[in-house]
Amino acid sequence: MSDKHLSTQFDAELAAISTRVLEMGGLAESQVTQAIYALVNFSGETASQVLQGEERVNQMELEIDRDLSTIIARRQPTARDLRLLIAISKTIGNLERVGDEAARIGRTVQRLINSGISSRMRLPVGDVSFEASLAIASLRKALDAFARLDAVKALEVIKDDNQIDREFDGLMRQLITYMMEDPRTISASIDLVFVAKAIERIGDHAKNLAEQIIYIVKGTDVRHNSLENVESIVR
Amino acid sequence: MDARVDLPATEKVKISVRDLNFYYGNFHALKHINLDIPEHKVTAFIGPSGCGKSTLLRTFNRMFELYPEQRAEGQITLDGANVLEKRLDVSLIRAKIGMVFQKPTPFPMSIYDNIAFGVRLFETLPRVEMDERVEWALKKAALWTEVKDKLDQSGAGLSGGQQQRLCIARGIAIKPEVLLLDEPCSALDPISTGKIEELIGELKADYTVAIVTHNMQQAARCSDYTAYMYLGDLIEFGPTSDLFMKPKKKDTEDYITGRFG
Repeated sequence: MSDKHLSTQFDAELAAISTRVLEMGGLAESQVTQAIYALVNFSGETASQVLQGEERVNQMELEIDRDLSTIIARRQPTARDLRLLIAISKTIGNLERVGDEAARIGRTVQRLINSGISSRMRLPVGDVSFEASLAIASLRKALDAFARLDAVKALEVIKDDNQIDREFDGLMRQLITYMMEDPRTISASIDLVFVAKAIERIGDHAKNLAEQIIYIVKGTDVRHNSLENVESIVR
Repeated sequence: MDARVDLPATEKVKISVRDLNFYYGNFHALKHINLDIPEHKVTAFIGPSGCGKSTLLRTFNRMFELYPEQRAEGQITLDGANVLEKRLDVSLIRAKIGMVFQKPTPFPMSIYDNIAFGVRLFETLPRVEMDERVEWALKKAALWTEVKDKLDQSGAGLSGGQQQRLCIARGIAIKPEVLLLDEPCSALDPISTGKIEELIGELKADYTVAIVTHNMQQAARCSDYTAYMYLGDLIEFGPTSDLFMKPKKKDTEDYITGRFG
């Protein structure tokens, strides 16, 4: 939003709420990073930090939602201002869910530690961590695209989601092999399945963010659309 | 600039404007306007002061002819007949195209006669039928229940919002086909405005409504189509929901989002 409104106060409000979204996004992203660190290092302490951080993400969602209602009531925004605010409303819902998934991973790590599984060092946490790095990169890219309202970058995020999905499928096959080879790993493997699924969902949320960015910039709702259609809308 | 869009096939064109130019003396106030106004729909005209929206509205019923230095060139057809043609009787045009102004303008006579006055110009009705017509118009304008016991009292004694609804009743009493509203709510409080907007929504079942408004939210609330004008040009015209959610032109977007400086 380079050009200014007649009302500088309105400009300030839109800028402030966008900044808050980025702040919330940054928080959710670091939650995921921490959760994966806790998994790879079996750190109960880091896992607890993730669970504490979730409350902050939830609180931010409530605060931003409240500010959104205020802006809509007072300013009666139209066109891209209205699209921005609607998109923010959906974006923060997705970010809150990212926080939930991070917390889910944190709780799983705590369970793995408490059950004291001796074979846990043999679990393919490295591969899960790779899937996570893709999802985190996607989320960061989506937040970057939001900050710059860059539809082309948002399109990249949508494309990247396929790779995360493929990685998830690969992990599933790998974990199934583990369980078949050594039934003692079943319990821990199932936990890892849930972690892998949580990461896959984080990738989906990044993709949802990207779709909202295209909506703000292009004015077209690209959800539930084929990649080809989305590409033609963005270009 | 030609912002004309083809209306959806389901819409019937009531007023068609082609290459309309308007001059206040030497001042070129409307520039090559092309526009189709759909029947039984509300079309809103928005734009900053001096953009020509009221001027355009006043060409539809040749209101400008009251001033000798003003002239219009081009074509405005109402159901195929060119309104601007001199040989067309202007009073017949105004019987078909009613108008309500910014400030309520009740005649200095009773509420009843305010309505009956215009009807008598065009029709000779027996007393009973005239009573029915007055009641019908006041009911259509959502004013009947408030004034039915004081029809013989002066129209000037009503509140601003009631006076404006009286003017709308007067406008529709002669059963026009088109109703032109030139900022009908700008002198009214929010409750009266709400009532008039509600009324506009009901009137379109029987009439084609064109409204000029400074209040963009009003255009967004009560119109089906919106035209954005600037400095005598029609910049953009289209369905109201599209114009307010995803305008095609950046100029339109800047205006409706308040980035207009």
